[in-house]
This record gives sequence, C-alpha cells and structure tokens, in this order.
Amino acid sequence: MHIELEKRARVSTLFSIFSPLLALALTLVFGVVMFWLLGKSPLGALYSFFIEPLLEVWSLHELAVKAAPLILIAVGLAICYRSNNWNIGAEGQFTIGAITGSILPVMNPEWHSPMILPLMLLMGMAGGALYAAIPALLKTRFNTNEILTSLMLVYIAQLYLDWLTRGPWRDPQGYNFPQTKSFQMEAVLPEVLSSGRAHWGFIFALVAAVALWFMMRFMLKGFQVSVLGQSERAGRFAGFSARRMVWFSMLLSGALAGLAGISEVSGSIGHLQPSISPGYGFTAIIVAFLGRLNPLGIVASGLVLALTYLGGEAAQLSIGISDKVSRVFQGLLLFFVLSCDTLIHYKIRLVLAGAKAAEVRS
Amino acid sequence: MFEAILLTVITASTPLVIAALGELVTERAGVLNLGVEGMMIMGAVCAFAATQMTGSPYIGILAGILGGGAFSLLFGFLTLTLVANQVATGLALTILGLGLSGQLGEAFVGQPGIKLQPIVFPLLSDIPFFGRVLFRQDLTFYLSMALVVGINWFLFKSRAGLKMRAIGDNHASAHALGINVIRTRYLAVMFGGACAGLAGAQLSLVYTPQWVENMSAGRGWIALALVVFASWRPWRVLAGGYLFGAVTIGQLHAQAFGIGIPSQFLSALPYAATIVVLIIISHNRRTTLINTPASLGKPFVPDR
Repeated sequence: MHIELEKRARVSTLFSIFSPLLALALTLVFGVVMFWLLGKSPLGALYSFFIEPLLEVWSLHELAVKAAPLILIAVGLAICYRSNNWNIGAEGQFTIGAITGSILPVMNPEWHSPMILPLMLLMGMAGGALYAAIPALLKTRFNTNEILTSLMLVYIAQLYLDWLTRGPWRDPQGYNFPQTKSFQMEAVLPEVLSSGRAHWGFIFALVAAVALWFMMRFMLKGFQVSVLGQSERAGRFAGFSARRMVWFSMLLSGALAGLAGISEVSGSIGHLQPSISPGYGFTAIIVAFLGRLNPLGIVASGLVLALTYLGGEAAQLSIGISDKVSRVFQGLLLFFVLSCDTLIHYKIRLVLAGAKAAEVRS
Repeated sequence: MFEAILLTVITASTPLVIAALGELVTERAGVLNLGVEGMMIMGAVCAFAATQMTGSPYIGILAGILGGGAFSLLFGFLTLTLVANQVATGLALTILGLGLSGQLGEAFVGQPGIKLQPIVFPLLSDIPFFGRVLFRQDLTFYLSMALVVGINWFLFKSRAGLKMRAIGDNHASAHALGINVIRTRYLAVMFGGACAGLAGAQLSLVYTPQWVENMSAGRGWIALALVVFASWRPWRVLAGGYLFGAVTIGQLHAQAFGIGIPSQFLSALPYAATIVVLIIISHNRRTTLINTPASLGKPFVPDR
C-alpha cells in the first residue's frame, strides 16, 4: 500500500480555508492521546488548556499580551516567506529591537518627556531592521544562505543581551539581580483598556496586519512579493528586482520584530533582563504558516498560538502537566498544517498493492 | 597540555562531524533537511533515557541512532510523500524535537549520567602521543572516522552512490532512468536522521554525560553550515568539524584563563565563526553552483 498524489487542475478553495482547521482538529486529537498516555483525563486537560483561559477578563488580556509579539513578527515573516526569503532569525531581531529601544530609558532614567516613548519605538524598529540587514547584505552581496546566518545571529543577540544586563546596564541598586533599572513612567507602553494588562502592542499588531494585508492585496509591492516568490525568473521579466526584494522583506520583518521586542519590554516587562522571550521569534514561524502566510489569517493563528502559551501555564497549575506540553502542541500543529496544505494542491489517493497490479494487467 | 587540549577538541568536534556527514548524504540525494537540531536533541534524550534505564551506554548509543532515524521519518513522510515545503518542514522538525525532548527528558533532569568509556586498542595505544589521541577514544570517535571514509567511498566509488548523486543533481532524469527517487531519498533522510541521533547520543553520553534541556545549543545548525562549508565533500566536513571544535574549545580555555574579554563574547565566537566561514565559502558564486546538488530542496512528484 502506498500514497499517490494527483495534481489538482486548480487550487482547491475549499481546502485553502479548511486545511488550517483540519490541522487544528488533528492536533487536538493527538492532544487527547498524549494526555491519556500521561495518565490525565483528556477532556479535563483540554478544557484547562484551551477553554479555561478564555473565561476570565484578566486572562483575555494576557492572551492579547502574548498574541501581540507573535502577530507582529509573523506578519513580517509571512512577507519574507512569500517572497522566498527565509528569515528565521526573528528571535534575534526581537532581542536587538528590545535593546536599541531601551537605550533611552536606561541611559536617561530622569528624562520625563512624552517624546521618549515614540522615540523608543522608532529606535526599536531601527535596531531590528539593522540586525536583519546583516543577513540581507550577506545574501545580496556574498550569496550567503540567509537561513543559517539569520539563525546564528539569534545566538549572538541573546549573548549580547545577557552581557548587557549582567554587565554595563545592570541596575546598581538592583540587589545584584541581572536586570536594568525599571523604566520611568513615560517610557512604559500604556494599557489599552483600564480592565487589564493588554498594552498598545496588540493594536500595533492589528494595524500591521491590516496594512500588510492591504499591501499584498491591492499594491504593486504585494504583487512583486508574490511573483518573485513563485518564480524569480518571471519576476525578472516583469522588471522586478529580486535583490531589492531581499532587502525589502528582510528590513520589513526585522523592523516588525524589533517593534515587537521593544513593545514587549516596555509594555509587559518594564525593564531589560537576560531572558525576554519564551521563543516568540520561533513560534511566530508556526503562526505565519498556520495563518497560511496571509496577514489577516495570522491574526487568528496568533491568538491560537498565544492560547497554547496561556493554556500551558494554566494546565501546569491546575492539573500538574509540565508547560513543555505546549511546545509539543506547537510543533505538532506546524506539522499538521504543513501536511494538510498538501490537500490544497493535490488529491491524495491510497493505492493498495493488489490494486496496482490489477491496473497493470488490464 | 597540548595533548589534553587536543583530546577535548576531538570530543567537541565529533558530534559536529557525525551530524554534518549525515546531512551531507541527505543533501547529496537532493533533500534539504533543516531539522538536524531537532533530530540531534531527540537522539540525545533517547540515548540518555535508554542508558539510565538499562545501565548500558551502548544500548544508549543504539537508542540515539534509532530515535534520530525514526524522528527523521516524520520529515521524510511530509516532504517526500506529501511534497510539503522542505524548509518549513525542517523548521517544524526542529521546533517539535526541542519541545518533545524537553517533555520526554523532564524525568531525567539532574540525574548523573553514565559516561561511555573509551575502547583502548592494546599495543597501538602505547605509541607516544598518537596512541593516546587516536587509540584511546570512545566508540563515537571511531564511528565518525569510519563514516568519513565509508561515505566518501560510497558516494564517489560505488554504483549506489553514483545513483544517489544523480538523483540529487536531477531527479527527473534519474526517475526517467528507472531509479527509484523516493525510496532512495527516504533512505538518505533516515541515514541523516540516524547520524544526527548518534551525534546527539555523543552529547548526552560523552561530551557532558547528563540531560539538560536544549543541550544541543545550535550544534545542529552549525552542522548544516559545515555541509555548505565543506562544499558537500566528506573529507572537508572532517576538517571543518575540527576547525569548529577548536574554536569552541579555544574560547572555553580563554574563558578559564580570564583574558579580560567578557565570557558572553567568547561564547558567541563559534556562531560568529560560522557566519564568517559561510561568507568566505559562498562569495564565489561559481564554485558554489558547481558543488551544490542541483535538485537540492526542490519538490519531486513522479509522473505516472
């Protein structure tokens, strides 16, 4: 018995909408099996993983806090991947954005001006973009593989942050904790509603998603992204420059990752510390694919992945499963998304060995 | 002193060499598996768990190989049977591997491990210097050397290797000649997974005999870079692997001596070195084009 693929005459609209949902359903089925193997009641576990966090106002706010960086990073990555540029170093650009954005409050803790916050956000974006410019430069100038270089830069960025917060930027009055001084009031990204912690980062994420959706749908730039991504040769005939597209997509995704970094530090943490992200930059890759590389789809998938983070924490407290389960969920989800996407372009047929032989004879 | 440093360099280089050799074979067959890091960490956790449960690190080594190989089948099924995007699937394999290994290994955190003991060759190991360095090593070192020689012979001297390279360079022509592209690629992917698993086993049984979450620390990615650096040739993988091992150990010794450079900067050296090496190798577009398997990363659906 084996599996045969038959190319569909046209892309299946049904499955382009249906495949992410199918992937989610399959992940849940696997979740049930996994919890059962761990000796927990599967339904109870799924309830505290995926339903409980949605029932309280404060945890809905937490959902927005966690979804904000995921969506911001993922919409940028979606443009990259659509144009066939594989930036997988968003975690590093996030970290550097957080660092450059924090320069002002760390260096001038006494500066109380409403100007400081916009400047911080801009500097965060610039930092992320500049860090993403390194793999872009290496790719355009030296033909270096951007997957490997952008990933190596993640490790370097994290070590740099570690050094800063333990070394020159450490708060001297901080009882030896490796962290900077808490940011002054004016440097903290405010909450959107008075009812909870959700900060403006979530609004930035929504704005970015809508803007990029508009670009992909209605603007020449978006068309260039799709054409160059599908066939560089076809793009060249149309007069589009693949080299410029490398720069555009990398700088854009870097800037958005940087914005996510400084928003997280300023809105959610309030100071710099050696570890500022539970792997947002990598989870955003899953978010991008689950959203089928469509900015609006990514808003939905970002909320789903944020729920797995929250659910992991909740399940750890209520039924005592390790929060690592959420990492497993995230990985499985990406696998199912990728395999279900096959259904969009191909019909899948199971062929039994006997049937094949009969076909040959006839 | 020099001998001691050389011995640590060998221990640091062996996992890189093994994992990169496996990926080299996979890529020669035209498949780009970016999941080396994930398969490596799965190998590490399987090897550690099996060793703790049976008390024998050799069973651990076997478990690492099987674990990595089995895990790579997931990648194989998605990219070869379902023709999913290889880059994305490789990333998925890494993300899932890091998560799953953390989950599986949770029970083993903090347990003292059992170290794989060296196999001493009588007489040969008494040769001054070379005997100590080459003939008092553990199984993984000997395997890494055998793999270099074996893979070199397989790829460039054997008929099956020629077919595999043909598939990597042009899968449509190979298919037209009657070579089973998908089956060969499955085998190549599993070989790569088994090697990555073995490399992971080396980490949790020899390099630091314990289980720590994310203990592969980017070595899988460095192995991927090594394949490019070696321009898909086994002997150059060996050279590159030892170069990286030397950088890793060198920075550790520099940290120990306290030469005034912050330890974080020294820890960043292997990653920075990877980037520099990639630049040096890739900037000559023509040599890269000649050496890269032409079908690398491209999807293949056989027409019937």
